Amino acid sequence: MRMEISDEPIDAAGLRREMADVTAGGFVAFEGWVRNHNEGREVRALEYEVYKPLAISEGERIIAEVIKQTGAIAARAVHREGALELGDSAVWVGVISAHRDEAFRACREIIDRIKVELPIWKKEHYVDGDSGWVNCERCAKHGHAHAHSHSA
Amino acid sequence: MKSVSVEYFALFRDRAGRSQETVETTAEDALALFRELEHRHATSDPRGHCKVAINGNMAEWSDAVNDGDTVLLFPPVAGG
Repeated sequence: MRMEISDEPIDAAGLRREMADVTAGGFVAFEGWVRNHNEGREVRALEYEVYKPLAISEGERIIAEVIKQTGAIAARAVHREGALELGDSAVWVGVISAHRDEAFRACREIIDRIKVELPIWKKEHYVDGDSGWVNCERCAKHGHAHAHSHSA
Repeated sequence: MKSVSVEYFALFRDRAGRSQETVETTAEDALALFRELEHRHATSDPRGHCKVAINGNMAEWSDAVNDGDTVLLFPPVAGG
C-alpha cells in the first residue's frame, strides 16, 4: 500500500530503505513535524482524527495521479493519527525517480494535496489549556454563526 | 420522506454532540441535507471548505441523497 495511516511513530529510516531501487537516481522525502506554535499561539501537543477508509483510498489516488503526472518511479506516504507530541513526525512522503526534478515535484505535490484533500483533522492543545480544531476559523470567514467553544 | 444515516467528524461531531444519527428528510441533495442540519453543525454554507462523502465515496454537494444512504459530513480538513 502506498498510503498508510499509522498510530505508531513513523520510521523514516525504515521507509527510506524500503524505497531502494537501482533504477532510481534520486530520492526525495518530506517530513512534517509537530511545531510548538501556530498562528501566534503556543502549542503543547496535538491530535489527528482520520477517517481511515477514505484517507487511504484518496491518498492512493493522489499518489497514483502524481506519479503519472511527474514520471516519478514510486512514491509512498504515511500520516499519523491519534495523539502526538512536539517534535513528532506527523507525516512522511517519499519519492524516487530517475532524475531529481521529478522526485522534488512529486514530493511537493503529494504533501500539498494530502494537506487539503484527505479527511484528516488536527486538534491543537495550547500551553494556556485551550484547544481547537485547525482551520475552524475558515468557517467563521464564511460568515457562519460560530457558537462552538474552543475549550476542551 | 427518506431515511438517511448522517455521520459527523471532528468539529462537526463536537458541535453536534454526537457522531451519528438517522434523520428523516426530503432533501434532494447533499447541500440541502447539510442545510437542514445547520442546527447541529452551525455552518450555513459548506461549499468550498467542507467535504461530503456518500456511501463510502467522496461526493459533490450537488449529488443526490437517497433513502438508506450514509452521508459523512467533513469539516475543513487539516492534514500534515
